[in-house]
Amino acid sequence: MRWPVLALAFLVTACGGRDSSTVTLKVWGLGREGEVLKELLPEFERQHPDIRVIVQQIPWTAAHEKLLTAFVGDATPDVAQIGNTWLPEFVALGALAPLTADSQDYFPGIWRTNEIGGTLYGIPWYVDTRVIFYRSDLLAAAGYKTFPTLWTDWRQAMVKVRGDRAAILLALNEWAGPIVLGMGTRAPFLTPDGLHGAFQEPRFRRAFAFYVDLFRGGLAPAVNNAQVANRYQSFATGEFSMILSGPWDIGEFSRRLPASLAGKWMTAPMPAPDPPAPGLSLAGGSSLAIFRRSAHQGAARALIAYLSEPAVQVRFYTLTGDLPARESAWSDPVLDTNRYAAAFREQLRHVAPTPQVPEWEQIVTAVARYAEETVRGDMTEDQALEALDRDVDRMLEKRRWLARAH
Amino acid sequence: MKRVALHAALVLGAITTLAPLIWMVAASFMPAGQATTYPPHFIPRPATLENYRILFTRLDVARNVMNSVIVSFAATGLSTIINAMAGYAFAKFRFRGRDPLFRTMLAGLVIPAQVGMLPLFVIMKQLHLVNSYWAVIIPSMSSIFGIFLVRQYALSIPDELLDAARIDGASELAIFGRIVLPLLRPILVTFAVFMFMSVWNDFMWPLIVLSDDAKYTLPVALANLTGEHVQDTELMMAGAVVTLAPVLAAFLFLQRYYIEGITMGSVKG
Amino acid sequence: MHTSRAAYWFLAPALLLIAAFFVVPIFASLALSATDFDIYAVASPANTRFVGLGNYTELLQNPLFWTAVGNTLYFVVVGGPLSVAVSLGAALLVNSRLTKAKSFFRAVYFVPVVTTLVAVAVIWRYLYDPRFGLLNYLLHFVGVRPIDWLGNPHWAMPSIILMTVWKNFGYNMLIFVAGLQAISQDLYDAALVDGASAIQRFRHVTLPMLGPTFLFVSVTTMIGYTQLFSEPYVMTQGGPLHATYSIVLYMYEEGFRWWHLGYAASIAFVLFALVLGGTLIQRRLRR
Repeated sequence: MRWPVLALAFLVTACGGRDSSTVTLKVWGLGREGEVLKELLPEFERQHPDIRVIVQQIPWTAAHEKLLTAFVGDATPDVAQIGNTWLPEFVALGALAPLTADSQDYFPGIWRTNEIGGTLYGIPWYVDTRVIFYRSDLLAAAGYKTFPTLWTDWRQAMVKVRGDRAAILLALNEWAGPIVLGMGTRAPFLTPDGLHGAFQEPRFRRAFAFYVDLFRGGLAPAVNNAQVANRYQSFATGEFSMILSGPWDIGEFSRRLPASLAGKWMTAPMPAPDPPAPGLSLAGGSSLAIFRRSAHQGAARALIAYLSEPAVQVRFYTLTGDLPARESAWSDPVLDTNRYAAAFREQLRHVAPTPQVPEWEQIVTAVARYAEETVRGDMTEDQALEALDRDVDRMLEKRRWLARAH
Repeated sequence: MKRVALHAALVLGAITTLAPLIWMVAASFMPAGQATTYPPHFIPRPATLENYRILFTRLDVARNVMNSVIVSFAATGLSTIINAMAGYAFAKFRFRGRDPLFRTMLAGLVIPAQVGMLPLFVIMKQLHLVNSYWAVIIPSMSSIFGIFLVRQYALSIPDELLDAARIDGASELAIFGRIVLPLLRPILVTFAVFMFMSVWNDFMWPLIVLSDDAKYTLPVALANLTGEHVQDTELMMAGAVVTLAPVLAAFLFLQRYYIEGITMGSVKG
Repeated sequence: MHTSRAAYWFLAPALLLIAAFFVVPIFASLALSATDFDIYAVASPANTRFVGLGNYTELLQNPLFWTAVGNTLYFVVVGGPLSVAVSLGAALLVNSRLTKAKSFFRAVYFVPVVTTLVAVAVIWRYLYDPRFGLLNYLLHFVGVRPIDWLGNPHWAMPSIILMTVWKNFGYNMLIFVAGLQAISQDLYDAALVDGASAIQRFRHVTLPMLGPTFLFVSVTTMIGYTQLFSEPYVMTQGGPLHATYSIVLYMYEEGFRWWHLGYAASIAFVLFALVLGGTLIQRRLRR
């Protein structure tokens, strides 16, 4: 009679007993990076047998709202990948834990986006900026052996090379177009105190006019990215010869373009409105941040340190095409010899941060919206910029109140 | 002649109604890329289970199915009992303020669910229930419509039956369990079917309150997939099939109850 | 009828749930709509200000709000009657004395009603694809050039309306069938004796007798349609150019994307006011 009881007791202790010193880390990864994160982890867990990592993957389209909802609902993970333009918002909420790290091996422009009010809140994980991907064969046929470096030449090249549809793909619902061009003209976007919109300022006006004119001149199709069923296919058939895009497309292009396109496309840094070239671009990318409420900050730091190791950064690059934030990782042959990455490396030395206000995500959504309305002819440029400034002022009203009150 | 025209119209209507669903099933078995060709295919060539394989292995959809099942059954079971009790009370007991209370409650039917969603989220947060099954189950449990349905039906239970049991010394709870519940069975089944479908299909609230993809119910998981895999038509269709199969199956077997519930609800006018 | 304390025990669970998770949130929403509670306030409640009707006045001056109201009304006023008409048509077909296999057709027409809206939206998104979608393929047989259903601001809302009609017509069809079956056959026989044609019988017997049902169906459908959310969320994100931006979508964005909770609550109450207005109109028309 006793045997079953003893056997049961044995089973319970053998199976039910878990090492109570194991830490379980919850990590959120966004988009493809979230998928790839899972592949990088077994090595980390081997090195740290007392830490177990659970990765949750969130699509980019829902990431911003999910992160905020999690914060409000007290359901944040320990570590999250956060787009660096979102950091100011989360810092304003008091959601992130301050960090200390050595900035030496990182691109300075990128590092600055992680420092808010003088404190570091994120470690750059991968960097991102926008450059031009283009059909080198079509441009050569039109007389351009190297990509134009100034806006005037760039526009001329577009006129010469336009295919069946257009010359360049700029998705209307993405804010990158007007903002990157605005960076080229060194537009401040907001007043220096970050309390009012400055979109009617001459520098942004110039960039905005250039942007809208591309559509009006038939050089860019008036579509949003949901309407382009397969942009890789369209790029291959020459429907457009240029795309404003980021590092992820190095990998995607290699994977999705037909073999006949090999060697017929290239990347180039942004042209500048006036010399010197290149034009400035986004200091983008994602950082790894630790939530203040996490109970496992030590383990979280260990994970971030692991993901920041140059060797791991290189491996991450090979899996995603996302560019390492650590400059020493770039010396690895796999990147050093990658001719497509060269344009990015150059561009990353000419990047500017966007205003570090929590309302930035909302502001750029409005920029995209007004740009779209102007392109589609519902508003003139002046009307759009005036309405945009009014909207932005309204968005910043609370910030102004808080600045006055404290 | 009239009969032929009539049936032709009916058949045409049936085809139009079912065509999108048939295409969905066909596309779910197509290899990647075949669903976005011109002219469109209707028959997978060759048929493949690859999309389903991806759903259930890499994307772990089985967990979402389980979440939907747990949430739907729990909400249905609990709300059926709770609302049966309340409906019975409104029908068969006299107490102070009964009629005004019932009328006020009915007025609440007019209020859209979205009005309270923001504070409801904050309430869930205070209770530390955000991102849990209960956050989805609890708000579904209160159903004014259910109380109304039960009450209307329960009115027809003969008082003499209940009074006789009371004279015999039975407790109210015993009367409810042994006499009333069995009599209410038809309406409760109808209500349960309604509730199940409604909770299974619910989208906005689970979208707001669940942040962990391990907890997502099927509709939220599907919307999530759309964000990430919009280029993969066949995969999305497989996801749609998985989401729809249970409710369609439930409908096929239980349509009588569902249909009754609708016509009954409309009789109130 | 029995008077007893036990009644309260039976009522308690349901009423407590309703009170805590329905009534309280509604009053809280009202209170919230009088403040500027936002993400700064989430970080620190001291950052909340009482604004009284400020949110409402800001709302009324915001062009985006009026866009949302306009779109929602477009959907309600066009989609509602269309859906009701299709339902009535289907009900007449299914209910006709000549029809065989009534319950089969009734079930088939009802299938879309029980489907999950998100899944349906995903399917129709592909059906509407300008190049590869089934719809444009079928239309090209009758010589219609490809339409950019979800990308063209003029076609986006009609696309959603079409899909919604497909999804919902079965529901009201059932109610109409019940209403049709309630019409006494004697009335039709009397009309036949008087020499009325089919169309005249429809106009003079069916329609008047269906009057109350018709009203009920129309108003409840239109009230339901004011809550448009899932379709634009999944299919168009409110675009293109805000052509499908609905009131609830606006509330969701302001509340759960930008965390302007006070402002979003005021949007919710405007929605409530609209629905209330519709209900009162229904009551008035019933007299």
